[in-house]
Amino acid sequence: MLPKFIVKFFTKAGRYFILLRRAFTRPQSWRVFGRLYMREIDDLGFNSMGIVTFLSFFVGAVVALQMALNLDGSAIIPKYYTAYATRETVVLEFSPTIIAIILCGKIGSFVASSIGTMRVTEQIEALDVMGVNSANYLLLPKIAAMLSFMPILIMTSIVTAIFGGWVAAITSGTCTSAEFIYGLRMPFDTFYVTYAMIKSEVFAFVLVTIPAYFGYYINGGALDVGKASTNAVVCSSTIIIILNYVLTQTLLG
Amino acid sequence: MLQAINICKSFDGKQVLKDISSTFDAGKTNLIIGQSGAGKTVFLKSLTGLITPDAGDILYGGMSYNAMSEDEKNNLRHEIGMVFQGGALFDSMDVEENVMFPLMMFSSMSRSEMRDRVDWALRRVNLPDVQRKTPAELSGGMKKRVAIARGIIMNPKYLFCDEPNSGLDPKTSIVIDQLISEITHEYGMTTIINTHDMNSVMEIGEKIIFLKGGRKAWEGTSAEILEAQNTDIVDFVYSSPILKALKESKLRK
Ligand SMILES: Nc1ncnc2c1ncn2[C@@H]1O[C@H](COP(=O)(O)OP(=O)(O)OP(=O)(O)O)[C@@H](O)[C@H]1O
Ligand SMILES: [Mg+2]
Repeated sequence: MLPKFIVKFFTKAGRYFILLRRAFTRPQSWRVFGRLYMREIDDLGFNSMGIVTFLSFFVGAVVALQMALNLDGSAIIPKYYTAYATRETVVLEFSPTIIAIILCGKIGSFVASSIGTMRVTEQIEALDVMGVNSANYLLLPKIAAMLSFMPILIMTSIVTAIFGGWVAAITSGTCTSAEFIYGLRMPFDTFYVTYAMIKSEVFAFVLVTIPAYFGYYINGGALDVGKASTNAVVCSSTIIIILNYVLTQTLLG
Repeated sequence: MLQAINICKSFDGKQVLKDISSTFDAGKTNLIIGQSGAGKTVFLKSLTGLITPDAGDILYGGMSYNAMSEDEKNNLRHEIGMVFQGGALFDSMDVEENVMFPLMMFSSMSRSEMRDRVDWALRRVNLPDVQRKTPAELSGGMKKRVAIARGIIMNPKYLFCDEPNSGLDPKTSIVIDQLISEITHEYGMTTIINTHDMNSVMEIGEKIIFLKGGRKAWEGTSAEILEAQNTDIVDFVYSSPILKALKESKLRK
């Protein structure tokens, strides 16, 4: 016999993929889908803009300060490398991965608790009994909205983080604005941007579908909604961290 | 007309429905009564297709559910209206959007035609002028009425109501009961209502099924129920002091 936790894992994974298969069907009504899509763009996308810009600015600033600190004392490496190193860190790791994990907390808990509340108040059954494919109705607009908006969030994050780095570098006197900009314009592997986009799309998919799964299969009451949304955040951020390793290894390794 | 044939259902090895068969006529209010935990909700959800029974079949107008193709099942769903125990209104929509929802999904009506139809349904349940309110702004009785309006918007052949008057005061309960009964007769729907309210039974019960521990323990009409000899049903009916007094006064005469 297989150990119980392995059986449990595969049962859950199986249910997750069944849910996805039901979600990826043609919407039953395009006019309803269109409205839901616009609402999700607003709820999941625009509503995350604020936190993403705010955090990116400060983390970008900290990254630049750290880089300056590391390069300090080295006589050979010129100051403008601060900008170069900040750019590489932000594009490769900070924006796609850290922002995705932060969004797990924000979007993940929102998705899990809103779908979970619909489950415990029988709203999902109300959809099913009418003949609405509830998985498609609830998940597809969210997935579509997140996949289309995530690149915008990540690009915004990259730009503000670098801007934060620039502000930190010149206010701390690490280098001049001209030096920083010179560093930013050093040779650039464009594949890094592709890599960042691939990562963010994968993470965007994870951070909507995993919490949606947790919410969709809730059994119980309001208390379980809270538990499910905590579990959803933990689970989706863990998966993102593991996938980050796998993707980095396969795409850059 | 709707027929249940030998319906069985277990959850985790515990048998909740034990071989239940019955016939529900069109244009009549059919009641399912029984104590809390008797299996009423599970039975009702089995009749709507929300729960798949382990064994047995359901005939909708003579058509076997087990023999239906996916398309036929989907068409059948549009002929089913359901009022859930808690109303199950969509929190994210106002009253008009809630009632209009099935039309949005499945009809090709224009916006103004849908509006007219919604106005008709809301007038039918005596709730004019609440279109712009959200479910959170409604009282329990109003929620139930909106749920009924949503249930009848597609002109269903089958109407299922899970405890439509639980949590309501006696007067509102009677109003809701009367409303469902009127609609049933007016449109010739096959209506099946779960309840544990003896008032409803006496008021609108044309056919009554009594469930006990997952088994059909009795069935008959409201006229017969007071005379029934079956000890289970006698126990259930006369657990209400008012009915007990009524019976005693009747016997004295
Ligand atoms: N999804 C489920 N999983 C496991 N057990 C269930 C499930 N749904 C119902 N049951 C069990 O089935 C039994 C019947 O439940 P049901 O909800 O049908 O009762 P009820 O007659 O509707 O009661 P009430 O009047 O309180 O609504 C209960 O013992 C309940 O624990
Ligand atoms: Mg019930």
